[in-house]
Amino acid sequence: MKAFLGFIKKEFIHIFRDFKTMIILFGIPVTQIMIFGYAVTNEISNVKVIILDNAKDEISRDIIHKIEASRYFMIADYIQDPNDIEAYFKKGDVKEAIIFEKDLEKKLRKEGTASIQLILDAIDANTATLIESYTSSIIRTSVNEKYSNPQLIRIQPEFRMLYNENMEGTYMFVPGTMALILILISAMMTSISITKEKELGTMEILLVSPLRPTQIIIGKVIPYFFLSFINAVIILALSYFVFDVPIYGNFFLLMALSMLFIMMALSLGIMISTLSSSQQSAMMISIFVLMLPTMLLSGFIFPIDNMPTLLQLLSNVVPAKWYISIVKKIMLVGVDFQFVIKETLILFGMCILFIGVSIKRFKIRLD
Amino acid sequence: MKDAERIIKVRKLYKKFGSFTANKDLNFDVYKGEIFGFLGANGAGKTTAMKILCGLSKPTSGEVKIANYDIYTQTNEIKKNIGYMSQKFSLYEDLTIKENIRLFGGIYGLSKSEIEKRGKELIKHLELEGAKDKLIKDIPLGWKQKLAFSIAVLHEPDIVFLDEPTGGVDPITRRQFWKLIYEAAGKGVTIFVTTHYMDEAEYCNRLSIMVDGEIVALDDPLSLIKQYKSSNMDEVFLKLVRKI
Repeated sequence: MKAFLGFIKKEFIHIFRDFKTMIILFGIPVTQIMIFGYAVTNEISNVKVIILDNAKDEISRDIIHKIEASRYFMIADYIQDPNDIEAYFKKGDVKEAIIFEKDLEKKLRKEGTASIQLILDAIDANTATLIESYTSSIIRTSVNEKYSNPQLIRIQPEFRMLYNENMEGTYMFVPGTMALILILISAMMTSISITKEKELGTMEILLVSPLRPTQIIIGKVIPYFFLSFINAVIILALSYFVFDVPIYGNFFLLMALSMLFIMMALSLGIMISTLSSSQQSAMMISIFVLMLPTMLLSGFIFPIDNMPTLLQLLSNVVPAKWYISIVKKIMLVGVDFQFVIKETLILFGMCILFIGVSIKRFKIRLD
Repeated sequence: MKDAERIIKVRKLYKKFGSFTANKDLNFDVYKGEIFGFLGANGAGKTTAMKILCGLSKPTSGEVKIANYDIYTQTNEIKKNIGYMSQKFSLYEDLTIKENIRLFGGIYGLSKSEIEKRGKELIKHLELEGAKDKLIKDIPLGWKQKLAFSIAVLHEPDIVFLDEPTGGVDPITRRQFWKLIYEAAGKGVTIFVTTHYMDEAEYCNRLSIMVDGEIVALDDPLSLIKQYKSSNMDEVFLKLVRKI
């Protein structure tokens, strides 16, 4: 046991002394989450808006005036017929339509509530959310100024996202980045670190020593398990505190299932190391077998539903797809464990499969 | 020598990879405290045989006993009682001298105080006091090789296997290295060494020469030179290899 602990310590030293490894371990996750994070929380400016004013009263004029004056919006046109909206959107440069209902002011005064409809082009879901919230806040300000007792008056902006009603993609960068980073660190880094020992010849020394092969492999994997876990926490913390991405579900369940995903990735890394004899081939396999499918076929960047059937089928063997689904469901929808049982079982099965293949392939006796 | 304690026993050892026979009917004994040279051209099968003796590879057939432990069933005991240094460099480059000592001492189950004590002696003996906190990659190759050997025998194994330990090292360092080997042998450690430097071969107590997977000669260097009517080991080796 003491020998084993010493061995793990050595593994940590390898990691902490290698500048490049440290950059990959901690630089990449932070940079990536920042890039994705800021890309989606980008400020908006001069968004083209069309307006259908059925009210034509004081309040609607005031809101229109405020929108026009704001640097975020630009009124592209005033329309009369709601059927025209579609055509404007299809041209592509108009992102929002604001529709004031008839007798807005009268309704407000009488019933204390009225609605303004916002229709948004949600192809870019993130921008659409932003536009919606900016518009809503302008409407609120206007109402607050107008009525001395704004608590009693409510304008309910009703918004509808066109083309992407479920808002897929808004916070998708978080599950996607988590999957990518964990795969990268767990699978790629372990496979490289194991093949490195093979390449340098130190693996032989270790195999001749009284350490058992399983101890060697577990010893090499444990540090990456910890570091991956720390990374998962960093990513979640950054997205929660910096980018206000909500965590609706159970945090501990999310972490527990992340650990499962890390284990799966580690066993995948071990399997890769048994298939390749040099660091370079481990790296190539990792990039082509892990990173690209994780980015392209997991639903991280391209929605799986829009893919051709063949690719949809193929996406089922990409572990990240299932993990992303877990994170999305727990984090953004807030479901319980029972709704992610299928994904959990699939990841667990993959984990067992990779370990099995590794054990079979692991050449204890380096022929 | 014959009445000394037998530490390696090999009988009818065969190793086949498919239809290729890497080791063919190997038979030899090595005795305690002996420096046993294992010679052969590249591809003659010496690395294969050595891997079998170290427990890295299983023979196809034959009997092999290391320190009286059976190679098929008692590899764990064997591993505790042997040291190993390969032609590829065997220390961790990004660890310091002290850290390497601690790591390998720990792997071989030495206690902390023992590692501390033996490590100190080792560093003093190799005159590395000024460099003990340097990373291995920052010290010269000659030092590394000597250090790797000293660490391979740190746990005082019965046998140490050296696979071309002096590859790429200058002659002066090589001589210093052999001084270390003699010291270890003097303490009763059996040395099993492969080499292709013939001047080194002459330092061994006994030599075996392998050609195409078979041992074609086995004796002490002087007898071999006499037997093959040569003036040095180089000639003996060439005669044996060319004959086939």
